[in-house]
Amino acid sequence: MSALEQDLGALPFFAGLEPVYLRLIAECASPACYDPGESIFQQGGQADRFYIVGEGRVALEIFSSDRGILTIQTLASREVVGASWLFPPYIWQYDARALEFTRLLAFNAVCLRAACDQDHDLGYDLMKRFARLMVERLNAARFQLLDVYANPASGR
Amino acid sequence: MPTRLREGDGAPVPGFGISSIPSRQPGEHNGLLFSAFLCASASLRESKKGKISARTGIFVLFGFGVPGHNDRASGGAEVHVGILNAMIPIHYVVQRVCRETRDTFTIELAPSTEESIAAFEPGQFNMLYSFGIGEVPVSISGDPAESGCLVHTIRAVGPVTQALCDVTRGDTLGVRGPFGTAWPVSGAVGGDALIVAGGLGLAPLRPALYGLMRNRSAYGRIALIYGARSPEDLLYRREIEKWRSHLDLQIEVTVDGGRGEWRGHVGVVTTLIGRLVFDPARTTALVCGPEVMMRFTVLELLKQGLSEDRVFLSLERNMKCGMGLCGHCQLGPFLVCRDGPILTYSALRRWMDRREA
Repeated sequence: MSALEQDLGALPFFAGLEPVYLRLIAECASPACYDPGESIFQQGGQADRFYIVGEGRVALEIFSSDRGILTIQTLASREVVGASWLFPPYIWQYDARALEFTRLLAFNAVCLRAACDQDHDLGYDLMKRFARLMVERLNAARFQLLDVYANPASGR
Repeated sequence: MPTRLREGDGAPVPGFGISSIPSRQPGEHNGLLFSAFLCASASLRESKKGKISARTGIFVLFGFGVPGHNDRASGGAEVHVGILNAMIPIHYVVQRVCRETRDTFTIELAPSTEESIAAFEPGQFNMLYSFGIGEVPVSISGDPAESGCLVHTIRAVGPVTQALCDVTRGDTLGVRGPFGTAWPVSGAVGGDALIVAGGLGLAPLRPALYGLMRNRSAYGRIALIYGARSPEDLLYRREIEKWRSHLDLQIEVTVDGGRGEWRGHVGVVTTLIGRLVFDPARTTALVCGPEVMMRFTVLELLKQGLSEDRVFLSLERNMKCGMGLCGHCQLGPFLVCRDGPILTYSALRRWMDRREA
């Protein structure tokens, strides 16, 4: 098992994944570095990758014409960036930007999608992992929407 | 347990008024006797300044029992005097007012005479009385080791807290307390300590952090996760920066919404828990914030492997007497002002999700 495969296996996101799949995923991975403020991907762009943060922090942002750039969430080491590669039309829904010097592992989604289509066990496993991630983020987003820290006297 | 939120939307906030006594008496507490007791306390507040001893006079005058207290005491008279003492506010003078956010202020109080309340433990609260307006429970947010001065962080959410936020140096307030249970600062010795604060919930947790830092070598990792609505809503910003400079403390601050110059985390507190390194089997978690936030936080802590009896929450209920007499703050078997505000999740699990209406 290569060092990269071992590193991937140690990530919570890939914990318990079959070694043969770890190898396949490692073959689709390449390192990427971003300087502070540098764009990683932009809303509307082709979602042909997903990322795992190795070092640094990434902000997911959305632009609003009346409020400017709004940060929705920040992601840190060992966390996954991007799920739009999973479903057509494979378009990024948000911007992603490095908040500081950031090292990422970029995974080639085209390669992975083809592998998932060929091996449904891999596809099902990956889908479960991403579904869990998306449910966790959906719950966090709902919690965020509750605006629990607002002053009750302000009427929100 | 930060500033209590239920001030009645403009209704008088009873501290001494009999209107606060519920018609349905919870548990074993006798509201009728208690309301008479409150009347007596109120009527004698003024005479306290006079020559008679109001505090013993009340006992002679009424001589009734307070269920649940008299039974446990060896001497009824002493118990009555003790309770009455706890019902009469001690005058404190505002020494300093610091604006934390647009609606939240920290006030420092010193006793106006030699009389002062007893030493407090982290997590306890006082009843603060704005004379002529009302009385509310407010957590003590200062350092327990600094005697003499009381620090309270108050958010203006109603008429009483607005009055407390409007005070200026030299004003006088009434203080009763300290009341309630404390954070298990010594109970966490030997393990990791994780503090999760949401919004104003940092105020009652700050004394616990002081306690942990003072005895730093007795603990493993110490981490604070603090969530606020926006960067502008963060409490104690300068102090947080100071804490961050401690290499043996992990301080993570996140906001629900950030724009412009904010370079920190954005997202809810629960998203940061999984990023920390701690030993779940040896970790004590202290959690305070809005109840919804605490529910999400507990779920995440349990997911990370903490046991229910090592997760401590500070509850917020409608407290009036502060001593478990009036029953306003009853939650199942607990009178939150006396048995809480700090309780374990294992004790609260059955009761936290109960709807009140």
